[in-house]
Amino acid sequence: MVFTQRVPKELAGEVAPLNGALSESALASLPVADFGLYLHVPFCNVRCGYCDFNTYTSTELRGFRREDWANSIGLELDLAKRVIGDLPDIQTIFIGGGTPTLLPPGDFEKVFDNIESAFTSDIEITIEANPDTVTKESLSGYYKAGINRISFGMQSAVPSVLKVLDRTHDPKAVSQAVELAAEVGFKNISLDLIYGTPTETDNDWTESLLQALSLPINHFSAYSLIVEPGTKLHQQVKSGQVAPPDDDISANRYLIAESQALAHGFNWYEVSNWGKGGARCRHNEIYWQSGNWWGAGPGAHSHVGGIRWWNKKHPAVWAQDLASGDSPAAGREVLTPDQLMFEAVMLSLRTIGGLAVSRLENPNPLLGLAKDGLIDPKKLDQGHVVLTLEGRLLADLVLRTLMK
Amino acid sequence: MTPPIVGSTEQAVLRNFSIIAHIDHGKSTLADRMLQLTGVVEARAMRAQYLDRMDIERERGITIKSQAVRLPWVGRDGRDYVLNMIDTPGHVDFTYEVSRSLAACEGAVLLVDAAQGIEAQTLANLYLALANDMAIIPVLNKIDLPSAQPDKYAAELAHIIGCDPSDVLRVSAKTGEGVPDLLHAIVDLIPAPAGKPETEVRALIFDSVYDIYRGVVTYVRVVDGAIHARDRILMMSTGETHELLEVGVISPEPMPAAGLVAGEVGYLITGVKDVRQSKVGDTVTTVNKAATTALGGYQEPKPMVFSGLYPMDGSDYPDLRDALDRLKLNDAALVYEPESSVALGFGFRCGFLGLLHLEIVRERLSREFNLDLISTAPNVIYRVILDDEKEMIVTNPSEYPNGKVREVFEPMVKATVISPSEFIGSIMELCQSRRGSLLGMDYLSEERVEMRYELPLGEIAFDFFDALKSRTKGYASLDYEFTEEKSADLIKVDILLHGDPVDAFSAILHKDKAYNYGVAMAGKLKELIPRQQFEVPIQAAIGSRIIARESIRAIRKDVLAKCYGGDISRKRKLLEKQKEGKKRMKVVGRVEIPQEAFIAALSTNNGTEGKGTKG
Ligand SMILES: Nc1nc2c(ncn2[C@@H]2O[C@H](COP(=O)(O)OP(=O)(O)OP(=O)(O)O)[C@@H](O)[C@H]2O)c(=O)[nH]1
Ligand SMILES: C[S@@+](CC[C@H](N)C(=O)[O-])C[C@H]1O[C@@H](n2cnc3c(N)ncnc32)[C@H](O)[C@@H]1O
Ligand code: SF4
Ligand SMILES: [Mg+2]
Repeated sequence: MVFTQRVPKELAGEVAPLNGALSESALASLPVADFGLYLHVPFCNVRCGYCDFNTYTSTELRGFRREDWANSIGLELDLAKRVIGDLPDIQTIFIGGGTPTLLPPGDFEKVFDNIESAFTSDIEITIEANPDTVTKESLSGYYKAGINRISFGMQSAVPSVLKVLDRTHDPKAVSQAVELAAEVGFKNISLDLIYGTPTETDNDWTESLLQALSLPINHFSAYSLIVEPGTKLHQQVKSGQVAPPDDDISANRYLIAESQALAHGFNWYEVSNWGKGGARCRHNEIYWQSGNWWGAGPGAHSHVGGIRWWNKKHPAVWAQDLASGDSPAAGREVLTPDQLMFEAVMLSLRTIGGLAVSRLENPNPLLGLAKDGLIDPKKLDQGHVVLTLEGRLLADLVLRTLMK
Repeated sequence: MTPPIVGSTEQAVLRNFSIIAHIDHGKSTLADRMLQLTGVVEARAMRAQYLDRMDIERERGITIKSQAVRLPWVGRDGRDYVLNMIDTPGHVDFTYEVSRSLAACEGAVLLVDAAQGIEAQTLANLYLALANDMAIIPVLNKIDLPSAQPDKYAAELAHIIGCDPSDVLRVSAKTGEGVPDLLHAIVDLIPAPAGKPETEVRALIFDSVYDIYRGVVTYVRVVDGAIHARDRILMMSTGETHELLEVGVISPEPMPAAGLVAGEVGYLITGVKDVRQSKVGDTVTTVNKAATTALGGYQEPKPMVFSGLYPMDGSDYPDLRDALDRLKLNDAALVYEPESSVALGFGFRCGFLGLLHLEIVRERLSREFNLDLISTAPNVIYRVILDDEKEMIVTNPSEYPNGKVREVFEPMVKATVISPSEFIGSIMELCQSRRGSLLGMDYLSEERVEMRYELPLGEIAFDFFDALKSRTKGYASLDYEFTEEKSADLIKVDILLHGDPVDAFSAILHKDKAYNYGVAMAGKLKELIPRQQFEVPIQAAIGSRIIARESIRAIRKDVLAKCYGGDISRKRKLLEKQKEGKKRMKVVGRVEIPQEAFIAALSTNNGTEGKGTKG
């Protein structure tokens, strides 16, 4: 069999400076905005058919070794200190992937050691986990390293659906992993789910939700399956082997998710995220509030004070730049005030906090949107644009209407 | 002996001829060899189809405009002759160019591809030449091709012209073989002009071209008398007079001269900026020695196919108007007038000679003037008699009256199809499905047949030729000419989106075809129009009667992908792009229709994509 490794498309942007320098005005935002760290772990045992994340199986690493990750991340955090001076208070860390749980707890301890002084006392540290890569020992090790939130990629509880998704784990592995995580002390446990997979039925989806919500979790994310260009799934859909996901079916599944969430005491706080007892992913909230974060690791994205940049994607290339003392950034974007405004509306609109009417240049379309049932009229009276359930499904339409 | 000087060439040594043929039989390539053999273009400067100067001609490998070139040639008798050669277009849309060229000549070289034989435009052009009483030299071309069958086609050609097969010359325009003999034959067989050199000047305008640097360049054939470089000329149809700035001949670049005498072909430049002041078919004379009777002119080319042209971006409307004004300067056959469409905004209803002409104009507008256009589905012209006896000419289906119609007339053509006889059955079937009636049939040889049909233009102008080609494995050729109009059972089908008629989608059709059109269009639009916030019914209607319906369900979700740190820039860019796309959406009622939907819905199945429309 021939595997053509997918080369993810780079975003077009301007060239980033070799030393990673940021403008004075961008740096000035650091003391006043929330700050988080994102650490990207670009390894997986196999690549799932639907996934276009920046991740590599061992044969694709071109000489880079998983063992080198912590060291190179350390170099990137040193670079961060050179660029922004002392790190600001770190409110959140998110270790995402790929499959972070392929690395031993000690790697993260090593990384944390050098930055711990900047941690806030209530820091949230999340790790993404594949259910079949963890043991009680490893989970306990992550917890002891200071990681206090864990998010498992469950996707579905139904074997036939997992098969279409090309997932390797046994559905039982999820409940075991969650129980173990709870046992070793994790109080914040989240699950990722995917709906709208071809062949999945409404019942399959309800079943997945029921199983997920019966576990000791306080948060879940549910995503409609996206057929990303360049993935195996994309090929299969193009060649007609797999039917494309249907928008109406996905919309129904979303409604099912919402009703099951409510029935189990979960409330939405972002279009694809629900939490219980006020639980939220504070790290993701930094994204949605246009806060600052440094993304370290291959292909990671960062944002500081209106400048967005993204790293080179391949771990070997990324590490090489860092070893030479250079910034591993592949490109960047200095946002114009209009773009910043657009992003702020785009992001906040997806959240339950919504958007203050006063931020809109032209509030005229709001009445029509309320009339069409897409935004909440009561919230509107209080000066806030908040999506209704129907509006959550059409957030882009609402955005387009507001930003004409 | 010195070669004849322009402005004082004796008629006895002049030979004026056109090269006429079916499309692609090699006219322009033969012209190339003549340019070379007569020495007016050096081998070094030669390029294929030298006289096809427009980009669009070179890219498509077809001739659109005739070109007249003066060539020196030493005859078999050792005398210096002057040949005026006109290379003409072969496509049926440009037949009028051929007839204009012929009026400047005494003879024609009728070229036939020795691997193809006689085809529809061979006959059409032959009849044109015969009607002009011209000397005809039959020539088989491409004899270098392994597939050439010169004996067979010489017999065919001799048969239709009524000459002996041994009179048919054989050349290869590619290798040049036989071309010197052809040039000698032109001297020997084509009569010299027989104008009166001493009387008042009469020169026939056979082409008039706008050039941005030189203004209007007028091509004339001097029939009687002489024009001198400093004359003041008089246009006989308008009485307008102009100072001459330059007189000359093309050889093959412009060469100024002291004048032009009876029998010569050349150009005049007066500094006028508008070709309408120098009308094709008009007679030029001089002010101080004016002629009294004009020469016979031409029939004006009549636009037969109409289409609405609209700028994608409404603010380009003035640019479109200017661009059309400019193109019109070189293209007398193009007509247009402003119109507006509920769906498409402001644009122009344009008339064309045929589909190739339409395509070329559209392409030139986008290429030379950088305009992004939507063109509505082409249609023919209808004459409608209303119940109150009033008459209406309809060039845009949306203007077609609803009800109150007593009778409708549609344009008809007499079509000639030439094909191997094995395809007779399927050609008949095709023509019948297009409401044709057989007028006659002749065998050109045992295995090749000429079929003559009367057909409605509306049935053949768009995709007929493609259908014909595919039924005859590409062997059939088609030519047509307009005859009178005929009364027919025609109706208008409207398309409604969300209850609102979209004028750009209306069509006039025979009543037997309305239902199929309605179903097909509704289905097509359902695929092409993105889902909207509300359900959008699509209906096809004849008057108030709905004949087909579809529905676009309301959109329910657009957003359920995740949106984390790495997704933000990409998502913003995507939305910015959508926003741009949305600016280019046309809104009908509340329904947003992307431009692509108009383009896809309005393009005939396969008609307008260039390849298939060669007649
Ligand atoms: N083998 C061969 N090919 C030829 C000969 N003459 C022309 N051709 C080819 O036939 C094709 C058409 O030639 P043109 O000279 O453009 O034909 P045309 O009659 O001017 O075509 P229109 O102007 O479009 O009507 C070109 O590909 C020429 O190279 C010939 O004598 N032998
Ligand atoms: C970085 S990924 C996963 C982390 C971990 N490797 C895993 O797969 O469990 C985060 C989540 O994005 C979601 N996801 C990835 N690709 C997706 C796609 N094409 N469509 C919808 N959701 C997707 C999955 O739910 C996945 O758990
Ligand atoms: S979905 Fe998760 S496990 Fe699968 S390839 Fe993507 S990152 Fe790796
Ligand atoms: Mg030609």
